[in-house]
Amino acid sequence: MSSYTLQEVSLDELKHLVSDRALKGDTMLLNMGPQHPSTHGVLRLLLELDGETVINVIPDIGYLHTGIEKNMEAKTYQKAEVMTDRLDYMNNMGNNLAYVMAIEKLVALDVPPRAQALRVILVELQRVASHLVWLGTAALDLAAMSTFLYCFRERELILDIFELVSGQRMMTTYFRPGGVWRDVPVEFEKAVRDFLKLMPKRLDEYESMLTKNPLFLDRVVGIGKLTAEQALQYGVTGSNLRASGVDWDLRKKRPYTGYEQYDFDVPVLTEGDVFARYYIRILELRETLGIIEQALDKLPYGPVCSDNRKYVPPPRAEIGVSMEALIHHFKLWTEGFDAPKGAVYSPVESPRGELGVYLESDGGPKPYRVHWRTPSWDNLQVLPVLAKGHLVADLVAIIGSIDIVLGDIDR
Amino acid sequence: MEKNLLRVTQALGKKFEARFVEHRGESQVHIRPEQITGVAAFLRDKQKFELLSTITAVDYWPAVEPRFHLVYQFTSLEKNLVISIRAPLSGDNPKIQTVTGLYACANWREREIWDMFGIKFERHPDLRRIIMPQDWDGHPLRKDYPLGYEEPQFSFNFEEIGRRKPYARD
Repeated sequence: MSSYTLQEVSLDELKHLVSDRALKGDTMLLNMGPQHPSTHGVLRLLLELDGETVINVIPDIGYLHTGIEKNMEAKTYQKAEVMTDRLDYMNNMGNNLAYVMAIEKLVALDVPPRAQALRVILVELQRVASHLVWLGTAALDLAAMSTFLYCFRERELILDIFELVSGQRMMTTYFRPGGVWRDVPVEFEKAVRDFLKLMPKRLDEYESMLTKNPLFLDRVVGIGKLTAEQALQYGVTGSNLRASGVDWDLRKKRPYTGYEQYDFDVPVLTEGDVFARYYIRILELRETLGIIEQALDKLPYGPVCSDNRKYVPPPRAEIGVSMEALIHHFKLWTEGFDAPKGAVYSPVESPRGELGVYLESDGGPKPYRVHWRTPSWDNLQVLPVLAKGHLVADLVAIIGSIDIVLGDIDR
Repeated sequence: MEKNLLRVTQALGKKFEARFVEHRGESQVHIRPEQITGVAAFLRDKQKFELLSTITAVDYWPAVEPRFHLVYQFTSLEKNLVISIRAPLSGDNPKIQTVTGLYACANWREREIWDMFGIKFERHPDLRRIIMPQDWDGHPLRKDYPLGYEEPQFSFNFEEIGRRKPYARD
């Protein structure tokens, strides 16, 4: 910190990343982003082009860095959860789930069955919402405007359900260590059933606009191929990995939150191109609706939060009649709870892939270290492999297809 | 602990004299930092851990020996296992061999750790900052790096305040 000098990043520092032809001036270096609608956020790409052919892509990230990992170290376990919503803003419920599951693993806290089932319903609804935003924006990149509007129309219904249960459309913080915040209101079941009834028809509608549309197929079939080996080398997970022919879904292989009770298929395609990445998400949407329906049918009655008062604050009604409840309430919201020393890693299947939380405790009330293994990070890293040799217009289709969220990457 | 995981852990223990800790059903294997490429190659080629889920670091400042722990999470799709490898690093010029040659996804993860913790990865092909700006001073996720509540610096008193600020100095 000796003196303040703003260093421009010169081409010299990037010399080892571009080809020799760029240095001679045979190829063109073109800046794409950070403000560019088809990069789905503030993503900057440095392209090396030979005419319109992409020779190399150098992603430059960090424009959306918010220091959440550092901030979480300064908050108690319950209060830090509010920040998890802000990471991947298309998967708020999923982030909550990954984080509270890590805490529950760390302190060995049990979750009642009703809370488990509610978590499954809401996380799967979030998956539908996330896939809808992805479908809408990815299709918009390929000039399919109406799909975008239709997808956002249906997503609104899900956000209404979230508002119903948590009071917030996006930043929900609904899952809490030990269960969920409160039980769902009576209108919840009808709202979800109405949505489940409506959605399959709407999915057919999207498909009729895209799946067999020759204009769409021209842009996506055979573009941006990713083999299974490359995908694993680059740590690609989730739908992108399954579109390359690897059958790996944490919900199926390492079930959590009671996913083993539900009957669903994990679609796998082998082509690994943009079309496969599109189609697999459509198939997943249909499976997801099935999981929500089963979870809703089986939804058990009972408490929605653990009654272990060392970790879970008592409900308001109890505070009025019990001195211990008042003490617990006060202690938990002023000091938080002490988690035993140790480290855990808890991965869940987010709409984008393996979302893992590494949580380490030093025995105090605040997390000593939180690390988010976010799926978009690895999914973006593979972009240069996908884009090499394609046209700039195809690059737009490829970025759309890998489903990145910059809040997830930069953290 | 799952039986298969125990088998992998014991194989690692035998080959690399690593000790392991079981915690909440997870296996954490402690190795020496110079063994990391050997361990990663062993896990990938012999034990079918195809996926390196993540790499992260933990700072135990003010402890100096070891100040950092590097934590590698390996996933085996074939055997359906997750294993955690921990390598302690000294606080004085921390460095370790890169595993980019074995797992391509380590490239950005290691750049992130260099950026956030200042741990050097030897033979890394492109060790630049990845999240913070290229001209940033310090490594934000170190425990001696302040979190807010700082005196604001302006151009006229930048150096004066910078001198007394509790920064992580190299």
